[in-house]
Amino acid sequence: MTTVSSASPAFTGRDPDNRLYGPLPDVQAESGYADDHPARVGFFTDTSVCIGCKACEVACKEWNSLPMDDSHGVRDKIGLSGMSYDNTGMLSANTWRHVAFIEQSRAVDLPMPTHRRPGDDRQDTGLPADPITNGQADSLVTAQTSVLNAEALSEYDPQTGQSGADKQIRWLMSSDVCKHCTHAGCLDVCPTGALFRTEFGTVVVQGDICNGCGYCVPACPYGVIDQRKDDGRVFKCTLCYDRLTDGLMPACATACPTESIQFGNLDELQARADARLETLKGQGVETARLYGRDENDGVGGAGAFFLLLDEPEVYGLPPDPVVTTRDLPSMWRAAAAGAALIVGAVASAFVGRRR
Amino acid sequence: MTGGVATPGGGWHRAGGEDLTRRRRRRKGGGGWGGGNREAAMVPDAEFTSYYGRPIIKSPTWKNPEVPLYFFLGGAAGTSSVIGALAEFTGRPKLARNAEYTAAAGALASVVLLIDDLGRPERFLHMLRVFKPTSPLSIGSYILSPFSALTAATAAVRILRLGPVARTVPVLPKLAAIQGLRKLGAVGAALFGGPMATYTAVLIANTAVPSWHEAHEELPFVFAGSAMAAGGGITMALTPVAEAGPSRKVALTGVAVELAAINRVENGHGIVSEPYHEGKAGTLLRAAKAATLGGAGLTALAGRTRLGSVLGGALLATGSVLTRMGVFEAGMASSKDPKYVVVPQRERLAALQAQVHSVTP
Ligand code: SF4
Repeated sequence: MTTVSSASPAFTGRDPDNRLYGPLPDVQAESGYADDHPARVGFFTDTSVCIGCKACEVACKEWNSLPMDDSHGVRDKIGLSGMSYDNTGMLSANTWRHVAFIEQSRAVDLPMPTHRRPGDDRQDTGLPADPITNGQADSLVTAQTSVLNAEALSEYDPQTGQSGADKQIRWLMSSDVCKHCTHAGCLDVCPTGALFRTEFGTVVVQGDICNGCGYCVPACPYGVIDQRKDDGRVFKCTLCYDRLTDGLMPACATACPTESIQFGNLDELQARADARLETLKGQGVETARLYGRDENDGVGGAGAFFLLLDEPEVYGLPPDPVVTTRDLPSMWRAAAAGAALIVGAVASAFVGRRR
Repeated sequence: MTGGVATPGGGWHRAGGEDLTRRRRRRKGGGGWGGGNREAAMVPDAEFTSYYGRPIIKSPTWKNPEVPLYFFLGGAAGTSSVIGALAEFTGRPKLARNAEYTAAAGALASVVLLIDDLGRPERFLHMLRVFKPTSPLSIGSYILSPFSALTAATAAVRILRLGPVARTVPVLPKLAAIQGLRKLGAVGAALFGGPMATYTAVLIANTAVPSWHEAHEELPFVFAGSAMAAGGGITMALTPVAEAGPSRKVALTGVAVELAAINRVENGHGIVSEPYHEGKAGTLLRAAKAATLGGAGLTALAGRTRLGSVLGGALLATGSVLTRMGVFEAGMASSKDPKYVVVPQRERLAALQAQVHSVTP
């Protein structure tokens, strides 16, 4: 029987370097699990193949019985965000997967008008406008317009950052989720132990313990966890803890039709992500980068990490998140000095001339 | 990880209409905000990107004004408890009594406010089921619990001496042991008084809220100073001037500490200092300064008159409330604008990269 601590590894004596941040090779062992604990699991969300279908959002809501809410997190409201196809808006207590939509354009040096959409110029062969339904269409046009044609797809792929002559518009779609941080701010600051580290290395709220103090809400550097107003408690992605214990994949990864959301052991996902990045770079996708993969980042690496095609902030992610607890020792030092200052000032006010 | 940094975004930007994802930010030059030449000092600087201007972090769900009031009461009670304990042993019975009552009232009100702020108030005791040094709220619960218990017990022993109680159970108040108990309680409470006043600064600084987190070295001193101004001011206002000398000195020291510390918060952190000047937070903090300075002036000049000490004390307490509200609002504002999250983090990354390049040219 091991005692599982809900405290951060630092200060508990099991962390020789008293680390509040930085890499942790075995995050479960640091939390008190015995050596035979399962491997750390996570998500690798490859946004380069996301088609924005929101199957993950629906599957998550269904499996976890999450209430409906609008794009500002107001419960039981339907409302359009008015900004894009994204009417989910953000991660919240009731939304644990959120697909972001960003429509982008860029000016390209072309000898032709720049307002055309990709593929427009392909119609300039004098052929009828709709070659698929037209039996006369020659094989070239068919190849270029059929979405089933892999070669055509790669050429038209709106996701790549390639500077092709007709790549003027692209859509970025990315399914955001709790990062299940190695050093989780929410977990560090939780005063009740409601948030805890599972044997899978994920971070989960225990609904029967949470007293709704709300401290985790501003502590998360990604703005993930939130309070359900009418309930009082906080909620966030559990990485389907209930499914994991039964040997099932999380609902979102199961539902994802393009394998944009990949679930697995974290080290395997990391290797897969590194290979995928290599491939994309090799194909000239200059702007591809991994986010949350680096164990030396401010949260010690994330359990759920991403392959992005633009800067993180474009997707609503912080570019350099740092677990707030990293600076806690210096905060306590300042608070102790402040407290000593009060005692000292009061004491010195009592000495000297009595008036 | 660094792909595309040389050409951020590969030239892509949000399509169609007004570009909501990229907004210009302005940075004021000259290194200060108080200057008169504000317009000329404002220069458009780097761009930043966001997801449709939406916030990146979640705003605290804490109640306003309950939580800032809790910060104020904790500070006032904390300082008062230290004043009370020292007054017990320096022959100032009235100051001791008033300070102990102030501490008890503040502590009990703090407990009520803290429980009221919970989403599930009936689960307040869950705060005490673990002890977590990484959670300032856990530590705070272990400060507030003994502090409120000891201040309440000290005040309760005093109440035993009051007429009605003394008539009903006449032996109790005369027992020397009871009076000893009161002094013991006062000293015990005073041990938690300092931490009670400053832990709340760690509470807000240990978040991802940019304007709170970046000021984490100074906020405890802002809160310490504000607590001394409030505790000194209140006990001074309640106590005959002949006994209130120490309270006056504590209040004046507090004002000096608070003003010095808040000046660094307001000016020392570049863009994340901005919310302390703007909007509701700016108004509150300017009002706080006016009240605090007014109270300090009255205390210094007319603190030895009854009227002067009452007015001065009231102003100092008001200033302390306003300071906590202003700091609270500044944090809220900084959590709502993605600018305060993105720009400092971008600058940090750029600095890191410059460092890497200078080490390995
Ligand atoms: S992303 Fe936020 S909510 Fe998720 S583990 Fe990290 S700090 Fe906690």
